[in-house]
Amino acid sequence: MIQLILKRLFTYIPVLLVVVIVTFLMIHAAPGGPFDAERVASPEIIEKLNEAYNLDKPIYIQIYNYLFNAIQGDFGPSFKYPGRTVTELIMSGLPTTIELAIYSILFAIFLGVISGLVASLNPGKILDIVPMSISLLGICIPSIILGPVLVLIFGIWYEVLPVYGWGDNPGDKILPTITLGTAYAAIFARLTRGGMLEVLGQDYIRTARAKGLSEIRIIIVHALRGGILPVISFLGPAIAGLLAGSFVVETIFQINGVGRFYVQAAFNRDYTMILGTSILFTFMTLTFVLISDIVASFLNPTLRDSGGLE
Amino acid sequence: MRIFFIAFIFLISCSGKDDTASKVDIFSQQGILLLGNGTEPSGIDPHIVTGVPEHKILLALLEGLVIFNPKTNGVLPGVASEWKISKDGLIYTFIFNPDAKWTNGEIVKPEHFVYSWERILSPELGAQYADMLYVVKNAESFHKGQIKDFNQVGVSAFENKLVVTLENPTPYFLNILTHYSTWPVHPETVEKFGGMTSRNNQWTRVNNFIGNGPFKLDSWEINKSLKVSRNDLYWGNNSNKINGIEFLPIDNELTQDRLFRSGGIHLANTVPTEKIKRYREERPNQLIEHNYFGTYYYRINTNKYPLNDVNFRKALSLSIDRDLIVKSILKGNQKVSYSFTPPDENNYNPNTKLEFNPAKAKLLLKESGYDVNNSPLEVLYNTSEGHQKIAQAIQEMWKKHLGLNVVLTNVDWKVYLARETQGEFDISRAGWIGDYPDPFTFLDMMVTNRGNNKTGWSNSVYDEILNNAASKISTKQRYELYEEAEKILIDELPVIPLYTYTRTYLLSERVKNWQNNILDTNPYQFLSLE
Repeated sequence: MIQLILKRLFTYIPVLLVVVIVTFLMIHAAPGGPFDAERVASPEIIEKLNEAYNLDKPIYIQIYNYLFNAIQGDFGPSFKYPGRTVTELIMSGLPTTIELAIYSILFAIFLGVISGLVASLNPGKILDIVPMSISLLGICIPSIILGPVLVLIFGIWYEVLPVYGWGDNPGDKILPTITLGTAYAAIFARLTRGGMLEVLGQDYIRTARAKGLSEIRIIIVHALRGGILPVISFLGPAIAGLLAGSFVVETIFQINGVGRFYVQAAFNRDYTMILGTSILFTFMTLTFVLISDIVASFLNPTLRDSGGLE
Repeated sequence: MRIFFIAFIFLISCSGKDDTASKVDIFSQQGILLLGNGTEPSGIDPHIVTGVPEHKILLALLEGLVIFNPKTNGVLPGVASEWKISKDGLIYTFIFNPDAKWTNGEIVKPEHFVYSWERILSPELGAQYADMLYVVKNAESFHKGQIKDFNQVGVSAFENKLVVTLENPTPYFLNILTHYSTWPVHPETVEKFGGMTSRNNQWTRVNNFIGNGPFKLDSWEINKSLKVSRNDLYWGNNSNKINGIEFLPIDNELTQDRLFRSGGIHLANTVPTEKIKRYREERPNQLIEHNYFGTYYYRINTNKYPLNDVNFRKALSLSIDRDLIVKSILKGNQKVSYSFTPPDENNYNPNTKLEFNPAKAKLLLKESGYDVNNSPLEVLYNTSEGHQKIAQAIQEMWKKHLGLNVVLTNVDWKVYLARETQGEFDISRAGWIGDYPDPFTFLDMMVTNRGNNKTGWSNSVYDEILNNAASKISTKQRYELYEEAEKILIDELPVIPLYTYTRTYLLSERVKNWQNNILDTNPYQFLSLE
């Protein structure tokens, strides 16, 4: 198992390398540079700026220098924010983004698994149709719509929740969490329902029932363990998606997370920041997928031999 | 499900407000201003930054030789309590206010300004606003590396005086000094944290920052807030009624709008266009609309056929119904342009006109000999719904009145800038906001080969007139020459002005003494909160 995890960790290196090189080439191929501004700077100034940020060197040397420094943890200075490093800027927003993602995923699991469970136990009945219809709605409404609607209702009409910020005012984490988590709650609900329906029809559940175990015990101890597997497998990509998609929620609720840097950097042609955030999100995606594979392998004996990692 | 519901209701009830007082109400009582400030500032080094959000912050933290007078658009004493101007208008002597101090208690000395100006003019710093000081003798040569000795630049310190020698009499020199690029930095601090020409200087960090403005820097959390509080050492502190300011970087105008409506900020620096009408009806006292010193125009690439033909350009301009654009699309009280420089009723008011005359346009198009069946011209703009609506309207007008085929291309901001600078466009939308209240900030842009000209247009008479105007001390004489230049510009139309910008924003009625001025600048020490 440990060997397999190490093997997977080893694959990070080529993946990250490819990400850096492809991103590097793409951002340099995009028209416009970090120092283009409405008020045009003289060629002499642009030259000085390029020199200051090592952009006057050939691209392969720039990539080499970047990788050389990045290995030592130095992701370079931000072009957009002179005097600040990319690492510093990312670290200023990362804890908030991770916190937002964790709350959202917990909210999504809690709401999604419970409604999926309820639906799977009442197939075809009203308790199945209603949660599943709502979940379909949840998948369909993008956070860019849901966020402002929630703000309008709870922030402006009823004035019960703050409309912006993170950790500044009591209750200001609720709306962003719901906004970001809803779509995933809906997916989890459908995955749970599907997984549970499949499991509930299997022999070992029938055996458990025949043995006279209580229904709750059957569901919680026996069925849920297998029924929740699709949710667990999806957890990795979901967290990665949450992190990368936090940009929208961070913008709507004015949250100082790292997601905003990710998108703004591309618009600003802030080369080092684009690279830094790309590396970060690649790393996190790989890691969360790995973690969810490990968890799934513990829950599913058929995957355990290979560690679910092959 | 039920458990969740109960938990949710509990959370809501926990977070409910104790009373009905909004954040704005509470902070107003504490004398603290909450300002929606657009994007996160890229920094607070006055010699490096270039944007409006940065300007709004620097206005609190630093002070130049003079202060912008928000009532008259003129100047008030700042670090310099008085100044003398030689008869030929070339030498300015600024006498320093002995009470002007840095936040560490040191007196602000003329030498600090000499250091600061040397810093911004040093080519190694790569300052993008260094050309603001080109009016100072030899400043341009020093900045371009043609002279290495800063002593040759026309700025020197004598005891408590700063003597500035100019290249030409520049009656708007004092106005230039209200721009942050001319403001001082504390030399020892700059040296200590990276040196004069380091762009990576750490002197602007919260614990390092030494300023001389009415407020001092308290905290700065990226993408969250930048807080300043009253500077007790500031020479004008007694008349300052504001205890502190929170600058909130909110780049999404809808978020800012929601925050304003929920009582979270005193000022939302933009209003979503579609909501202007509603605000006019429902909250007229909070919606501020006034003229802004900016022009929205179409830039023409005069190097390309058929745009190199003046008759063709005139035909384009004559077939644009500006009234319709302003009234039906913009709906924000913008004024139709009749000159490139936004007119100022009291001072500069050029006698030019940009009429809508499709019949005349057709004739001129015919004269130009252009065949409308040629491959279509392209209008380039940076992606924005507002620019798109205007471009579509103009596309329609040109099609209807001239039979001209035009394609619209929208690209992201940096691509747009790159294409404009490299001349890879036919017609592109553009906007310019004046840096100081003088027509020169607009007209100078169109001088041959100026970086911001970007049209390829060159007219030696125009260049000569502006050159000539620079040596005139009398404002009246200067403005007469500017009008002449303006006429040439409007006659040749390398740029097609469309409308004068309006600043539209939301301001809480608790903010008093706010002045609506064309530069949209209100030094905070003149405001009060109720």
